[in-house]
Amino acid sequence: MVKGRTGQRVRLYVRGTILGYKRSKSNQYETTSLVQIEGVNTKEDVAWYAGKRMAYIYKAKTKSSETRYRCIWGKVTRPHGNSGVVRAKFKSNLPPDSMGRKVRVFMYPSSI
Amino acid sequence: MAPTSKLSIGIKRASRSHAYHRRGLWAIKAKNGGAFPKAEKPAAAAEPKFYPADDVKPRVPSTRKPKPTKLRSSITPGTVLIILAGRFMGKRVVFLKQLKSGLLLISGPFKINGVPIRRVNQTYVIATSTKVDISGVDVAKFDDKYFAREKKQKAKKTEGELFETEKEASKSLPDFKKDDQKAVDAALIKAIEAVPELKTYLGARFSLRDGDKPHEMVF
Repeated sequence: MVKGRTGQRVRLYVRGTILGYKRSKSNQYETTSLVQIEGVNTKEDVAWYAGKRMAYIYKAKTKSSETRYRCIWGKVTRPHGNSGVVRAKFKSNLPPDSMGRKVRVFMYPSSI
Repeated sequence: MAPTSKLSIGIKRASRSHAYHRRGLWAIKAKNGGAFPKAEKPAAAAEPKFYPADDVKPRVPSTRKPKPTKLRSSITPGTVLIILAGRFMGKRVVFLKQLKSGLLLISGPFKINGVPIRRVNQTYVIATSTKVDISGVDVAKFDDKYFAREKKQKAKKTEGELFETEKEASKSLPDFKKDDQKAVDAALIKAIEAVPELKTYLGARFSLRDGDKPHEMVF
């Protein structure tokens, strides 16, 4: 993450919001999370993001590898519905307190 | 009545001596000096000490050869690429050629944006439509071996030296690499300065801003 970068900060990821888990009315499936990517509003727009990697970044009290920031990596798997929401699978399931928090959707693996 | 091999059940047509003569074993015996030729028994193989419990098929080695990485059609020599991850993320860089391993050979040029001659993976790169003329650049000498890590020379240590800290091998860039950089960049920079504003373009980093939608952008 922040490796003591003193130069320009560049954002090469799109911000996304974690909406919760894939679910039906009374059952939820925590292996898949739902993410709303900024600026993506239709199912057709999601095609560009399919397979792109995402990172959920959070802070912990103890330091591991010199930093308190920790990360769970994942990727966009498919669109969810017609309005640009996206399904995502992470290396380990996202914790429930991630709901409503930000996720970084990177632009790689790129196919442009 | 035509002769049949059986007259009745158990009674053959040919008599014992007649049948012996017909078979012709006497001729073979005569040829072999009176006795029927005996085939040599193959030497008995030594009994193996161990018989595996189950019959296991030996594995056949795979003859599959991986295909060379396909280069995206948008990436041609001289294309300006945007690096998406790593130390140089956001930098705009010139593509020189694809190496045999599939990785892309790029150069900043170093003087313009600090990116040296480097290898980068296709998936971590966005190809823009801007092209630089690299006909004057000679990249034939660069291959994957050029970028291989230097093997650490492990000298045998005596007992005393074992407890001393290992002398750190110098980690500075060897001179020939600095010269290679200068040679490649000289031709590149000439081509870049010929195009108005391309130098500042390559010096600037790419970043997403508020309201930017990469899926709608044309690079």
